[in-house]
Amino acid sequence: MTPKTNPQGFFELKFFKPLYLILLFIMGLTGFGQMPIFKRYYIADIPGLGWLANYYATHYIHYIGAIALFAFFVYAGVVYFGVLRKWFQLTWAAWIRIALLALIVVTGIFRVLKNLPDVVFSPLFTMFIDISHLAFMMFLMLSGILFIVMKKGWVVQSPQGNIGIPGKN
Amino acid sequence: MSQKLSRRSFLKGSLAAACATCASQVPLPASAKSKSGQELATLIDIRKCVGCEACVEACREVNDFKYPEPQKPFPKMYPNRVKAADWSDEDGREVRDRLTPYNWLTIQWATVEIDGEETELSFPRRCMHCQNPPCADLCPWGAARKLENGITVIHPDICLGGKKCQVVCPWDIPQRQTGVGLYLDILPSLAGNGVMYKCDRCYNRIAEGETPACIEACPEEIQIIGPRDEIVAEAHRLQKEEGVYIYGETENGGTNTLYVSPVSFETLNKAMTKGPGRPHFGKVEDKMAHADNLAKAMLIAPFAGLAAAVGRVYQATKKLKTDTGDAS
Repeated sequence: MTPKTNPQGFFELKFFKPLYLILLFIMGLTGFGQMPIFKRYYIADIPGLGWLANYYATHYIHYIGAIALFAFFVYAGVVYFGVLRKWFQLTWAAWIRIALLALIVVTGIFRVLKNLPDVVFSPLFTMFIDISHLAFMMFLMLSGILFIVMKKGWVVQSPQGNIGIPGKN
Repeated sequence: MSQKLSRRSFLKGSLAAACATCASQVPLPASAKSKSGQELATLIDIRKCVGCEACVEACREVNDFKYPEPQKPFPKMYPNRVKAADWSDEDGREVRDRLTPYNWLTIQWATVEIDGEETELSFPRRCMHCQNPPCADLCPWGAARKLENGITVIHPDICLGGKKCQVVCPWDIPQRQTGVGLYLDILPSLAGNGVMYKCDRCYNRIAEGETPACIEACPEEIQIIGPRDEIVAEAHRLQKEEGVYIYGETENGGTNTLYVSPVSFETLNKAMTKGPGRPHFGKVEDKMAHADNLAKAMLIAPFAGLAAAVGRVYQATKKLKTDTGDAS
């Protein structure tokens, strides 16, 4: 395929995936740290991991991670739909991931709202958002493992992508 | 545990029984009902407490049906660093000098000097029912939750007994009983360890228009309940007119249990016995304040991402057009 144009490299193609994986790992680790498991199972006894048993520390890091994720998701979404989709098409596996991420984000927003003073949800709704937030994260992890086995990535080259692949000068 | 009946314990028991009998079913005052969703708070005047434990006995009596009846033997826990917490034997259930799963209200004592005179003060202690309770905010299952009327409760059918609520509580209030609850039906040896128990400020009685048992049974009327604004106003009035000190108005960002004391709480805290099941009267910063500030930052994050992305898309589109133009 002869490219009609040859744009300068999109640095996003290099940092999207590692940043996404790092943020997801931090969120997963600190999210699971909200359960009393790291001390019980000696993980917090490993030198350097003592903070995992500090619920307030893991909670703050989880919030900071959420701030970074919010900014990242919006940036990635706008840059993809604004420019990159000319070359790349999202796979069905990506749409499943996006749907699960959206559910995690929405339930996470409600969890943050619940933690604010003066915000009180009904007991049933409180329990629903607490458990569903964890459940959707578990589904995301399971789907991620499944998609790795199935070799289903986030994007494939677009059939109309005859104007060159960014970054591949 | 000593079974000897002292004069003091006889008086305590008699007083408690008399109070429970005579003062039952007193309706909740109109002012105590939550108006326009405002939280209910209690004000405890330490000056009036005589340490009779009538409140303790009343609490135990009306909440008896909520107490755990654990299955024994307890499941073996793995790893073995996880210890069973058991207060269910006869002696454990009788403990009154600290908070336990069977004793949600305890009397603490402190000997202090007032006007040059050594004075013994007593005061009831239980859950402070924080306005922004870390136990409810950070409970991973939604078992601990705050009700609209300001009461924080732990649902015994959902709690797994991980003790996180006690760890994050500034006063270490909730107490664990092993061998009871949902964990027995999930992974009894590997996850959970019972159910956490604490004062629920008689939420069921409040719902029926009654007062909490500890308030109703008190012969000295040391405790009042009402909308928080009114309770805080009353505490301020006592502070202004009678020079008392206030605890709970700002501690942990504000609680729905306020105390007034004739001596400073710093003095009281130094003079009292503290430890497991015996909460302190120390200063407590707002434990959720940092998280609340970070929550505000979360509002800005998407806009920051959007601004950066729009700039980037504009720049990239412009560059692509230039490249295309160059190519043609």
